[in-house]
Amino acid sequence: MYTFDYQRPATRAQAIAAAGGDAKYLAGGQSLVQAMKLRLAAAPVLIDLSRVADLRGISVSAADVTIGAMTRHAEVAHSAPVRAAIPGLADLAEGIGDQMVRNQGTLGGSLANADPAACYPAAVVGLGATIRTDRRSIAADDFFTGLYETALEPGELIVSVAFPRPARCAYIKFKHPASRFAIVGVFVAQTAGGVRVAVTGAKSRVFRATAIEAALTREFSAAAAAAVELPADDMASDMHAGAAYRAALVSVLASRAVTKTA
Amino acid sequence: MTTESISLTVNGQPRRMDIDPRTLLVQLIRDHLGLTGTHVGCDTAQCGACTVHVDGRAVKSCSILALQADGTEVTTIEGLATGDELHPMQQAFRDCHGLQCGYCTPGMVMSAIELLKHNPQPSEQQIREGLEGNICRCTGYQNIVKAVQQAAGA
Repeated sequence: MYTFDYQRPATRAQAIAAAGGDAKYLAGGQSLVQAMKLRLAAAPVLIDLSRVADLRGISVSAADVTIGAMTRHAEVAHSAPVRAAIPGLADLAEGIGDQMVRNQGTLGGSLANADPAACYPAAVVGLGATIRTDRRSIAADDFFTGLYETALEPGELIVSVAFPRPARCAYIKFKHPASRFAIVGVFVAQTAGGVRVAVTGAKSRVFRATAIEAALTREFSAAAAAAVELPADDMASDMHAGAAYRAALVSVLASRAVTKTA
Repeated sequence: MTTESISLTVNGQPRRMDIDPRTLLVQLIRDHLGLTGTHVGCDTAQCGACTVHVDGRAVKSCSILALQADGTEVTTIEGLATGDELHPMQQAFRDCHGLQCGYCTPGMVMSAIELLKHNPQPSEQQIREGLEGNICRCTGYQNIVKAVQQAAGA
């Protein structure tokens, strides 16, 4: 690991003031610490957000579920209000990594890292959530811009995420058995704005499978999702799964997610 | 090298020291405190051998900085027993021979305690899924599952 200056601010204002240059925020560290160990990531200043109290917590209203950026996956998975309001979101959180990762990893950390195979981006895009930062609100569709890339500006801090409550939703992940990341994961939701289908693990970033959304808008059934054949040309291909296999998985998992929403 | 001071409680004992900010929690536990019951297996967050409890939450001590545990209460495998009396999960692993080479065992025990905290009566399937963050390279899972079942009073 390269050396860094460690800072642990007590307030959001102190955290933002400490950011600058190549400084990085440290959330749970479940990706960042490992990347730093491998010297794949480095920062002259590391700003530990764990003591910034108002970045944590869950609140549920009639319209949405708002989760603080530093809320741990286990807190979301075990939250009765989240499970009652958006069971598909609690399910997704319960399936991230393993119980030790869920005890330490955070929502904001996952989104800022934007791993192409992470679970939370699928819920954020699938539910059409809004990412609230220290300076603005960003629509989920505009947030993920590329491989490990987001719309966040340097020093911009995720404060919370508001997930609109859907009529129903479900997430199905075909996971890598060792890393537990998604080889492909599909989040299907019936929202006020229509059917949304978000896919993680299959390309360089989370995306909406618009062809499946159109099929499910005509007829919300597992068969309708399974019948859609997606092109494989821009799907990811690696030692775990080829592009054609991933393309097929998207339709299969979307159909299973539709069944699970019932 | 700049150092940072850290205060935490490990197995009930208050500790205070100055460390390199890069120190991982597992390095503090093993190298600074000499508590070598916590093992480093993969060192890449996949095997769970380094699992300890931080304020009662099971975490992988190879995946967090020691400074992230500042002010917390850490429990390692050495802190489970009360005198000569093993923790019920340790006793169950002993009774059921829930180990082969023993390398993964400390992490398995710490992880299994976390599992029963949230689900005191897990099914066999739930035990297998709940322990998916811990890898036994001997593939000795049968008796590990039996041990967790015994500890759960099944």
